[in-house]
Amino acid sequence: MGIIEAKKLVFEYIRRDEEGNVEGFTRAVDEVDLDVKQGDFMAILGHNGSGKSTLAKHMNAILYPTEGTIWVEGKDTTNEEYLWDIRQNAGMVFQNPDNQIIGQVVEEDVGFGPENMGVPTKEIWERVEESLKAVGMYKYRKHSPNKLSGGQKQRVSIAGVIAMHPKCIILDEPTAMLDPNGRKEVIRAVRALNQAEGITVILITHYMEEIIHADRAIVMDKGHIAMQGTPKEIFSQVEKLKELRLDVPQVTLLAYELKKSGINLPDGILTCEELMKELKL
Amino acid sequence: MAIILDHVSYVYEKGTAMEMAALKDINLVIPDGQFIGLIGHTGSGKSTLVQHLNGLMNPTSGHIYYNGEDIGEDGFNKKKLRNDVGLVFQYPEHQLFEIDVFSDVCFGPKNMGLSEKEVQLRAYEALKRVGLEDDYFYQSPFDLSGGQKRRVAIAGVLAMKPEVLILDEPTAGLDPKGRDEILDQIATLRKETGITVILVSHSMEDVAKYVDRIIVMNQGSIMYDDEPRKVFRHYRELEEVGLAAPQVTYIMQAFREKGYLVNTDVITIEEAKNEILRVLK
Repeated sequence: MGIIEAKKLVFEYIRRDEEGNVEGFTRAVDEVDLDVKQGDFMAILGHNGSGKSTLAKHMNAILYPTEGTIWVEGKDTTNEEYLWDIRQNAGMVFQNPDNQIIGQVVEEDVGFGPENMGVPTKEIWERVEESLKAVGMYKYRKHSPNKLSGGQKQRVSIAGVIAMHPKCIILDEPTAMLDPNGRKEVIRAVRALNQAEGITVILITHYMEEIIHADRAIVMDKGHIAMQGTPKEIFSQVEKLKELRLDVPQVTLLAYELKKSGINLPDGILTCEELMKELKL
Repeated sequence: MAIILDHVSYVYEKGTAMEMAALKDINLVIPDGQFIGLIGHTGSGKSTLVQHLNGLMNPTSGHIYYNGEDIGEDGFNKKKLRNDVGLVFQYPEHQLFEIDVFSDVCFGPKNMGLSEKEVQLRAYEALKRVGLEDDYFYQSPFDLSGGQKRRVAIAGVLAMKPEVLILDEPTAGLDPKGRDEILDQIATLRKETGITVILVSHSMEDVAKYVDRIIVMNQGSIMYDDEPRKVFRHYRELEEVGLAAPQVTYIMQAFREKGYLVNTDVITIEEAKNEILRVLK
């Protein structure tokens, strides 16, 4: 069994009018099956309102399924007994770094999670150190989070999650508010965690070029999985992605346009190096 | 008729230990009708700068002139300035509050003291401009999707018929299609009405595609101020300050390195395609 597995997962919420009368139901997640293996890097794409975030919030028991089941490390999330285990093993990072940082000093903020878990003081400091090193923020440990850039704040948020020693980290648009450099820093840190530490990564994003190194991607539409495969397989389908209100990285689109103009190129080119190689330059 | 910034500086917490210069001796002329992209890393001074343009912040030293009048003079009509220079903040949908979409868009023009008929005409026109269907007009703004809410918020500013429209990251958190739709509508609006648009953005690709002039901020100063392809020539310097060039610019550099004499001033996919086809034939 994978670290995150879902069978026919459904989430419905009730719409109400001004007076609180029930108007109807909206199915935000519609019979989704998932199987994420330990150490996977999985991306979730999808337009606004496609159900990505609602699905992600099931992965650490912020939301519970209306129908179907989701297991984190084999534990059914609806079983309250497992709540703490699940929250600790599947950590979540959100879009706005300013809503996630609470400490006055970087290292205190990172220590907050393990402290709440009752980790002994000495070990807290060890964890803080290793987590900050893993995201390249160790030299800022004594700084005030207020003075950091967006990308740095977001890396501190990630350190705060990994200090709890999760097996899986779920990032819901972690780069939406960042400048180009901040985006690069965060994605680099996430990839390092996945490759060096073997932490399972679930990355939700609207920036297509951020997921080219993922092991696989799913594309959500109207609550269900509309496409899945490797980034190369997904990005080979330019027209279909556009129909789903998405896009492809610029280099992929350029290669696609060149192909349409008669240049012999395969589908799904993801990097500049690959393009140069395929053009035999 | 223009906005002129003459030696404008702004210092936060002047005279305290926290003193920090956010704007340093800014000189700018913003003529009518330009489409300007304002870029810079987080904390470079972009938001501080735009808040000076409609008098939300006052310079510590220097002067700002709107259509020839010093906006810092006693007796200058700031209320009118804020109607004329419309500022759409980041995540403007957080500021929606009325019971239905139409009332929300009416709020601005109503406060200008216009007749009810004029208010409604303006609200209607503004909602049409941002591409919102009539079906949504009497729904609660809180029931709309993220992209639709953002359009309503932008319409709220457009209904005041500003001469200058400033948008602070209007596409953050939107899916790729949503990004393109909003920017296309802004480009059309500008073409049809001739208003000045200032777009604050972290997306180099978007800026390259839409604007005629880019202002690059770094540590409170203007680093570059030129047409997009000239600014992106400095891609190495831009990287040093946390920015980048559009991905296609890098692809052109890769062709150059292989000895192909492509024009490296290319900033859009279309241009890149034509250049590559030219050298490969």
